[in-house]
Amino acid sequence: MWTWFYKLASPPHFFRIAGMLTPWVMGVALSMITIGIFGGLVLAPADYQQGDGFRIIYVHVPAAWLSLFSYSLMAIAAGIGLVWRIKLAHAVAASCAVPGASFTFLALATGSIWGKPMWGTWWEWDARLTSELILLFLFLGYIALRNAFDDISKADRASAVLALVGIVNVPIIHYSVNWWNTLHQGATVTKLSAPSISTSMLWPLLVTAIGCTFYFAALVMQRTRGEILLRERRARWLELELN
Amino acid sequence: MTKSGFLLQISRDLQVAIRRFGELLQPLFFFVIVCSLFPLALSPRPALLTEIAPGVIWVAALLATLLSMEGLFKTDFEDGSLEQLAVSPHPLPLLMLARVCAHWLMAGLPLVIVAPLIARMFFVPVDALAALMLSLLLGTPVLILLGTVGAALTVSLRRGGVLLSLLVLPLMVPVLVFGARAIDLAVQGAPVNGPLLLLASLLALAVSLVPFATAAAIRISLD
Repeated sequence: MWTWFYKLASPPHFFRIAGMLTPWVMGVALSMITIGIFGGLVLAPADYQQGDGFRIIYVHVPAAWLSLFSYSLMAIAAGIGLVWRIKLAHAVAASCAVPGASFTFLALATGSIWGKPMWGTWWEWDARLTSELILLFLFLGYIALRNAFDDISKADRASAVLALVGIVNVPIIHYSVNWWNTLHQGATVTKLSAPSISTSMLWPLLVTAIGCTFYFAALVMQRTRGEILLRERRARWLELELN
Repeated sequence: MTKSGFLLQISRDLQVAIRRFGELLQPLFFFVIVCSLFPLALSPRPALLTEIAPGVIWVAALLATLLSMEGLFKTDFEDGSLEQLAVSPHPLPLLMLARVCAHWLMAGLPLVIVAPLIARMFFVPVDALAALMLSLLLGTPVLILLGTVGAALTVSLRRGGVLLSLLVLPLMVPVLVFGARAIDLAVQGAPVNGPLLLLASLLALAVSLVPFATAAAIRISLD
């Protein structure tokens, strides 16, 4: 068990396994997303309050979930890389940043589009939207720091420190924004009671969320392979592998 | 041994800062000027100014501390004394904490002292000034602590100034929220214990964790 695990942490091994797995994971992801979207857009009934407008939830919620998941994964991988000096962990952390930022942006964009029919404005300083916005800034800072270094190993470790400081801050930021929001609760915002959702609406949401997570996993594996190609471009095994 | 290292570091940093007195005043002037731009840009109506004062003072204090951060490790990095700190027998996180203390005395404390004057120019009632100073007293060290991580990460880069702000500003959001809210509540005459205690807990958390991150970042930058 452990030797298998150690082997996985070696770039050549991961390169091969990820190469084999990626198409399968991507296949599972796309079929789950198709089923979920079909269930959400066609099978699920319209909401009695929001009509068909609520259906954007099938994009919004998976994107919001993945934005947090990818930041956590990035910070955990970066922490592992920093503590145990595993090159592969740094490669994984680096691969999480751009998809994570994209999902965060998607969550913001769909939240804003959803806000137009529900709240009557494109942007509302809602607690969750605001924390997503700050999460996007954190992602952008991480990417900017990474790009600022010429030396990959230095970029890895510096951005790992930033990711760790960031992950400690994420709950604090979330809490402070919530607190700020409850004090500034304007009369214009009519909070919809979200949690109670019927099963016919819920299952497509779960299926799309899991499908999107698989999609994210496939993206990260593919990007990690790219990172390995970049980092090991002078290695002997890569030459053998590619010829 | 370590304690004297801590104190030596503080006195050395203070000496260096006092020899460059002009540079020392720049963040303070920046703070005053930014604050006085708002009445010019908006309108000098007292009611409006009192309402925006907490936010303006806190944003200006945040930007002023950020401005003072870039040079925190720069010269020491260039002349090699940062490397000497890293190889010295004293624990690096402790030395970083000493540097934060010295820097706060030079860049944070003046803001706390000048802020009531600015607040009066914004027609903030006298009763709220204690809460204002207390919130800055608790909040500015956190801003400086967070800034040192950014400064340590970007010190080896040629143009790190803007990048430093990008990295650190999102992390400073909670301090801004609680700090501005404390003043706001004080202006309305409401109790301010809540936000001040939250600021104090942020300070405790930052003091105990951030020096380690800064030390790690310094070691990475020195490689």
